[in-house]
Order: sequence, then C-alpha cells, then structure tokens
Amino acid sequence: MSDAFIRTENLTFAYENDEGKEVPAVKGISLEIKEGEFVAMLGHNGSGKSTFAKLLNMILTPTSGKIYIDGRDITADDMTEDDMFDVRRKVGMVFQNPDNQIVATIVEEDVAFGPENLGIEPEKIRRRVDQALETVGMTEYAKHAPHKLSGGQKQRIAIAGIIAMRPRCIIFDESTAMLDPLGREELMSTIEKLNREEGITVIHITHYMNEAAKADRIVVFDDGQVFADGTPEEIFSYPEPLRAVGLDVPQTVELLFKLNKMGGNFNLKNISTEDCAAVIAEAYRKATESKN
Amino acid sequence: MKDITLGQYYPGNSVLHKADPRAKLVVTILYIVAIFLAKSIYSYGAVVLSAILLLVISRVSVSVVLKGIKPLIYVIVITGIMNILFTTGKTPLFQWWIIKVYPEGLRAAGLMVIRIIVLIMGSSLLLTYTTTPIALTDGIEQLLAPLKKIKLPVHDFAMMMTIALRFIPTLLEETDKIMNAQKARGGDFSSGSLIQRAKALVPVLVPLFVSAFRRADELAVAMECRCYRGGDGRTRMTKLKFAARDWFLVIFTVLFCALLVTLNIYFGPAQVVVEAVV
Amino acid sequence: MAIIELEGVSYIYGAKTPYEMTALDNIDLKIEKGAITGLIGHTGSGKSTLVQMLNGLIRPTSGRVLLDGKDIWAEPKKIRDIRFKVGLVMQYPEYQLFDETVRADIAFGLKNMKMPEEEIAERVERAAEFSNLDLSLLDKSPFDLSGGQRRRAAIAGVIAMSPQVLVLDEPAAGLDPRGRREILDGVKRFSRESGTTVIIVSHSMEDMAQYCDNAAVLSRGKLFMYGSCSDVFGRAPMLCSVGLDIPHVTRINQKLIELGLPLPEDVYTVDYAADKIAKLLGLGGEVK
Repeated sequence: MSDAFIRTENLTFAYENDEGKEVPAVKGISLEIKEGEFVAMLGHNGSGKSTFAKLLNMILTPTSGKIYIDGRDITADDMTEDDMFDVRRKVGMVFQNPDNQIVATIVEEDVAFGPENLGIEPEKIRRRVDQALETVGMTEYAKHAPHKLSGGQKQRIAIAGIIAMRPRCIIFDESTAMLDPLGREELMSTIEKLNREEGITVIHITHYMNEAAKADRIVVFDDGQVFADGTPEEIFSYPEPLRAVGLDVPQTVELLFKLNKMGGNFNLKNISTEDCAAVIAEAYRKATESKN
Repeated sequence: MKDITLGQYYPGNSVLHKADPRAKLVVTILYIVAIFLAKSIYSYGAVVLSAILLLVISRVSVSVVLKGIKPLIYVIVITGIMNILFTTGKTPLFQWWIIKVYPEGLRAAGLMVIRIIVLIMGSSLLLTYTTTPIALTDGIEQLLAPLKKIKLPVHDFAMMMTIALRFIPTLLEETDKIMNAQKARGGDFSSGSLIQRAKALVPVLVPLFVSAFRRADELAVAMECRCYRGGDGRTRMTKLKFAARDWFLVIFTVLFCALLVTLNIYFGPAQVVVEAVV
Repeated sequence: MAIIELEGVSYIYGAKTPYEMTALDNIDLKIEKGAITGLIGHTGSGKSTLVQMLNGLIRPTSGRVLLDGKDIWAEPKKIRDIRFKVGLVMQYPEYQLFDETVRADIAFGLKNMKMPEEEIAERVERAAEFSNLDLSLLDKSPFDLSGGQRRRAAIAGVIAMSPQVLVLDEPAAGLDPRGRREILDGVKRFSRESGTTVIIVSHSMEDMAQYCDNAAVLSRGKLFMYGSCSDVFGRAPMLCSVGLDIPHVTRINQKLIELGLPLPEDVYTVDYAADKIAKLLGLGGEVK
C-alpha cells in the first residue's frame, strides 16, 4: 500500500433535487493525499469540491466508489457507528460561517465540546483544551463569550475545538471566505503552523488564489471532476484554462503572462512577489546591457 | 444590540456567585415556598429581611435590582389596585360611587405588593443575577438526571437550552441587520395601523426564519463533525461540586422555612390575607 | 461636482455611557457625481457607520450630510424619501430576500415608493438585466436560486429604485472569482450607462484598484486619504502605515523600484504595470 492518508477510488456522489432527479455532484474522482500534505482545493461554486470534502468525513455517503482513510475502507459494509466517529475524529472540519459552528456560550466550554463527546476524562479534557487554545493563540479568551469575538478569532476557536480531538487531518471548507484581510491572515498563519509544526494534513478549500499559492499542492475541481492537480507553480502557469473554469491567477503570474504576450519571455512559475520582481529586474539588467 | 446581557448575569465573586447551581435551584424553590408560607406580619418581616440580606451578600447593585423590577411595575400596580378594590371588610374607609375601600383592602394590597417584589428579588438574586446561563443549564441537567431513568430526554433539553442561549445574541443582531436592509428599500416599521405594522414585519420575519433554519442545519453538521451523538457516553470538562457551603445554604433555607411556619403558628395570621387573583 | 457632501460628520455610539465610542470623527468628504468611489478601511474603521449615514439609517451625532446640496435631515419625517434616492445594498444582501418570487422581491422597494404597476414591471426587468440576472429566473422563488444569483437579485432590488447614488457594502464578499467579476462588472456597467454615482466598500484592494475612479481611506474613524485611485495607491507606504493592504501588483512594483527599475509610484493595475515594464524592457507587442 502507498503511504496515502486519504485515498479515493472512482468516487461518485449524486443528490436528489426538488424534482426528484439525480444530480451528479462528484463524478468519479480518484485522488491520493499523503500524511502531512498541505493541499489547496480550488474550483468555482458548484464544482464539487465541498461535496468531495464532506464525503471524506462521512457527513455524506458516496453513491459509488471507495474511500480509504488511514488505510481503512470507510465505504465497507462492516463500518460500525464507532468506526464512523473515529473517522470524524481523525478528519476534522472547519466551516465557512464562524457563527454557525460554535455551540457553547463560553470559549473554553466550546473547545471542550468535541473531547466531551469522545468520552474523555475531565482532567485530560482540561489539558487538551488549554493546549488547543494555546496552539491557536486564544488562551487569554478562554472565559470570553464567543459572540463578542471577531470573525478571525471565532474561526480560531473553531479550529481549537477540532484540534482538541487530536485529528490527523483538518479540512477547511471556505473557512476564510467571510473574514476580513486581518482575520484571513490570522487564520492562514494558524493553518500553516498546524501543518508545519504539528504535522497535521491540511485540505484548504478557498476562492483566494494567494492562499492557494501557499500550499504544497493544488487540486482544481471543475464539473465534479479533477481538472488539474499539481504544485502551485505548475497550476498557475496556465492562466487561460484557469479563467475558463471560473478561477484566477495571482497578479504576479498575470503580470508575467501579459508581458509574455507583449513579447517577453518569462517563466510563469515565479508566483511569489520576490521571484516575480527578480526575474523582471534580471530582464531589465540584460536589456540595458545589450543597449550599451 | 451586541451588548445585551444574557439572562441578566451580573458578574461578581460573592458567596452566591460561587455556590453550586444545583444548590441555588433547590434553595430558590424553597425560598418561593417560604414566601407563600408567610402569613403573619412577623413572618413578612422575616421575608423582607431575608431579601435585603440576599442583596447585601450578593453585592449586586441596588439599581440593577430596581431595573429588574421595573418591567413588572404594571403587574405590581394592578395587583395592588385589585386587592384594594375587591377586598371587603367591616367598615369602609371611604366610599365613592360603587367603589368602597376597606382598611383590610389596603393591608392586603400592601402585603401582596411586598410579596411580589420579594419574589422577584429573591429569585433573581439567587439565580439569574448570580449564575451564568451555562451553569444554570448544567445545574438543571444534573438535578433532573434521575429522570433519564424514565426515558425523559433531559440531556437533549439541556443541549437545546445551551444552543438557544448561544444563538440569542446572534439572531438579535441579525434581526437588526435585516430590518436595516428592508428600511433601505423603504420598508416602514413605525407608522400605520396595527395590521399594517404586522404586515410590514413579514419582510423581516421570513428572512429571519430562513436564516435560523440555515444556521440550525449548518450547526447540526458542525456538531456531527465534532462527534456529537447525544448524551450517551459523553463526559464533561467541568464537574459540578457540591461543597460544604452549598449544604449550608440548603440547610439554612430549610430552617428559614421552619421559622416562618413557627411564626405563623405562634402569632397567627394578623389578618386573613385575601389572596387576590394575579 | 459633488452629489453627496459630508460636513464635519461625527458619530458616537452609546454617548454618555461607559461604553462611549467614537465611530466617526469630524469627517469632511465630497463624493463626485457619476464616479465610482471606493471606501477602504479596516473592520471597525467606521466604514459601516459612514455607509449607513448616507441613506439616513444612522443620524450623525454632529455635522451634516448633504445630498444635492440639501441636508438630508432637514425634515426627519421625510427620511424615507432619502432612502429611495440613496440606495444601499448591505453585506450579504441575499439573506434579506423574502417574497414568493424574485420578481416580487425586486419590486419591494418600488411598491414602497407607490409606483404604478406597469412601471414596476418594466423597472424590475431592467434592473435584472443590469445585475446580470437571467429573466427566466424572475418567476422562481428566491430560495431556489444559487448563492451568486440570490446576491444579484438582491442588488437588482436596490438598482430598480433608480437611486441617484448606489452604495454597496462588500458586494462581492464570499464569492468565487467568476462571481466577483460578474457582480462588479455589472455595477460598473450600470454606473457608466445610467450615470449613477456608486460607492463601493470592499476589503479587496485589487478589486478597488480595478473598478473605482476614486478612493477614500478611513482609519480609526478619521478620513485618512482621499483622491483618485492613482493618488491613493500611488502612496502605498502611507496605506501600509495604517496596516492596510495594497494591491498585489503595487507590491511587485514597489519591489521593482527597490531593485532599481525606474518605474512610476502610482502603479495599481496589472495592465498599467505591464505597459510600463514592457516599455522599460523595450518589448514591442501590444496587449491583445
């Protein structure tokens, strides 16, 4: 077996619409995600990325195909209810609306909610809650009421609630969409920290290209299928096909792409601000040298 | 709207704040019984004294308590007037048209008003001002735990309470936003007849309900993702502890009830207090 | 010419209570008629308060708000008329839809204006076209539309009132790149074709740079900067000093200037940057 933490084989999912018709949302996706990977998932609304994510922790049940989590076939018939909750513990999920995932009226009570459901002893829960709040940098808010916090802070509380269950993977389902730039930055650095320092596998579903550029790998969804799969450098080198599926590229790539159209010869893989500026400066140096 | 005080909790560090919510629930029930036990002037005195004592030890500010009584002022006034008008005695104090006022009526009204005020003060000082909503919910859940044996959904009830408390501020804020959005399209909530005003609320209520259902849906999924499966096998981070202080509180209240009964027996009801229909 | 003027406008929340907080502090601002003005600032900078002041949802604690030279609070009882003249689309407006059909929902404002039925029907369809809403959707329930369609229906509901000024608070928040473009393109087209003054609040500097003519920057309740986009984004270090973002391409441009390239400071769109850099590198071709 490979070292994939998540593996899907020809996974499909269809839901029934109001008129009773089967509408396919995920059409035969085979994908492997390694332990410790940071994967960004892109795709316009309705491309199937959120549905795919909800299949991974058994919020939705696939129509056909297989899903292996940590080597276990979670679509098998011998899955018990306990097995299902084990999958949900291992693959945590943070959602879009910060308000609609906080259960309790006090921050630390909310973080404790998951471990409490797992039936862990009170002293251990206490330790886990304290650790989780420290990891997301919200210790000083332990006794606060969640509804008075900012959006970014609420999302960090939601993350703390998930990591207190000791997951191996966290799926962020457009978790940055409703935040302001500051909140997004807070959340992105928390996500990167979890991935780099705690070794948690991260699946980050987003509409922001800059966020996707920070991942190890990008999977682009379109029409219920994987449209492209590769490193950010590889994916963003193709601005036109990306636009065709309703997406965008970072402005670094857009600039280089436009320059190429005007006769330049830049490698579109320079997606960071520094690299982009460096290659342009280099071209400028050469241009002035040749003139002299 | 963001600063709405949930369940009127008044932060503090007094003995009453620290007491176990279960003890406070039991004591509140006993205290309400005690107030209704009071029949003689002396026992009324004891009840009023006890309310003042609660105010002092809770260290809740007087103005906060008065604010709590304010919304009920009409109930209090109407109860008083009813008692004055409908209590009959031997000789009327004065008479005007068909209205006869007896000294017994004045007395009954006075005692009734005192009773209501003490009732509000006692229950709010013992419970709502000094207990966080979440502690209160936990207290109720654990007090009712024995009822689980007869298959009553005690845990689910407590969970519902918690979620309701959590979402009240969110939904209030949302109402505010939706009202503003409809006002921006010329919606008018403050003029017209009663029916017109009720109609004007449709554009607010429909989106509010739709949003509440959407939130409920999303919350349910989020709770499932956090392995929620009802009360079975669930542990709690903070266990309530019934300390010596809590036993003392309960015993003291029981003794207080006994004292009132004794006062009633020794001194008898000074006058028959006619129970008014509140 | 200015269509909206703010004169020494301040707003204090919870005045004379312990929670007293100044949201807006002595703002003077003239909004140019027919232009698209972007309003930039952090959460809590006073943007939302300012926006709600423009159509009289909030009354200034002191100062005056003038529309076409007239104080909007001259007759407080007629403030509802101001709301028809200054149309406000709040954040996540799709959650305010309530009526049985999209058509009826878009007509809500017009009905409140007591407009004759025939005119309502005509205006609803025109507004739907402006906001890129397919006419076949008009007879569906708003709750059957997709998120992006619902957003556009809500915007159509305000556009239908043909306001003199259209104010949009984060019109593209939470949408995918295509959804963002569809909405912002629609708003720009509406403004250019009808001559309506537009004010957009957004956190996305790239969108602001691309769609606005002017930009006003609020910081801690004060007007920090105001001018044309090239004036404002040309002073990137100043924006950064109050912790605001600058368009990504402006950052690249800054880096290039640091590396010694003789580029202008006021670069804020990719097209302009590409143009300037191409000239510098001696590239001949034109952008397609």
